[in-house]
Amino acid sequence: MKNTRRDFLKAAGLCSLGLFSKPVKDAFAQDESAYSRRPEALVGKRWGMAVDVKKCAEKVEKDQCKDCIAACHVAHNVPTNIEGPKEEIKWIWRTTYEHAFPGLDAKYTHLEDLPFVVLCNHCDNPPCVRVCPTKATFVAKDGIVMMDFHRCIGCRYCMAACPFGSRSFNFKDPRPFIPEIRTEFPTRMRGVVEKCNFCAERLAEGLLPACVDACKAKALIFGDLADPDSEVRQVIRENYTIRRKVYLGTQPSVFYVI
Amino acid sequence: MYNTGKIIIGLVIFVGLIGYPIWSSIGTPSPQPELVLTAKAKAAKECIESTEFMKASHMKVVDEWRNKVVREKDRIYTASNGKEYVMSLTNTCLDCHSNKDTFCDRCHNWASVRPYCWDCHNVPKGKENEEHS
Repeated sequence: MKNTRRDFLKAAGLCSLGLFSKPVKDAFAQDESAYSRRPEALVGKRWGMAVDVKKCAEKVEKDQCKDCIAACHVAHNVPTNIEGPKEEIKWIWRTTYEHAFPGLDAKYTHLEDLPFVVLCNHCDNPPCVRVCPTKATFVAKDGIVMMDFHRCIGCRYCMAACPFGSRSFNFKDPRPFIPEIRTEFPTRMRGVVEKCNFCAERLAEGLLPACVDACKAKALIFGDLADPDSEVRQVIRENYTIRRKVYLGTQPSVFYVI
Repeated sequence: MYNTGKIIIGLVIFVGLIGYPIWSSIGTPSPQPELVLTAKAKAAKECIESTEFMKASHMKVVDEWRNKVVREKDRIYTASNGKEYVMSLTNTCLDCHSNKDTFCDRCHNWASVRPYCWDCHNVPKGKENEEHS
């Protein structure tokens, strides 16, 4: 037989791989077993929301309702005492049709006067995520466009990329501008960008988002867009809905029933 | 070189003065800070893992936790003794160690590390000096 020594060395080399594989396998195995979800956590593949604008409008007309906005901002320690539009910070707010849907003309229709609640659209194809240089903003496995404040360097590329203005920048330490700090949820620091997180921390506890919970008119419907039997899919199926700026191709996950 | 003697003497004095903090502490370790355990922490006997492990690696644990919570959506940590903990700095760590100033800060100041956790994570109000024993 020729090449005996060479064959032997090849086999020995392959065998030595085995020496390294066990510690590697152990490290991965150990890593995963220690971490888990709460059993009651809501699990979805593609969280989304439908806003029933007419229901919302009725309630707004009746008593100037701002329940969803207030609930969200309290839950997440949003500094609402900052004055002026330049440095204000908002996760969910109300605007007019022409601002929410520019280019989709609705002159002299009922849409002109309806209040539209707008928030981060948690796009399927989020431009903010594509431009983030540190991957501080990313798409989580349930479809939520998340912010990792630990990693944000405050470059504000995401704010420039977002076509919905859903992101706000902390120009100054937000703590003095929070009416009452809720200890359970962290605040932010100066120099990071923040936005709606679809209440990822509440979903992990099996609760619906704060805005959905707070809406007495039941105008906000939250659910898994990937599940054809979910309530939100049913609402979208049975009603005429529009999404903001679909022509940009970001594929928003917030639908408006009009 | 002119004035060699004077310059060398001057240099020796200069180095001696500038290095005073180093000479003076050689051989005598600075006293370690005395950490205060709250009644709740004492009653629990052990943190989520052994005391030695926590002393050496709590920062790695906290770093791992933040990645798991924010990025992987996991919220529960199962310790090596099988006990489950919610991964939260404010709600879990500071629940027992509710005396940040005499537990966290005392050691961090001594070691001259300035973690910026508290820029965002809240310290429960009124708990900072509670339950000293």
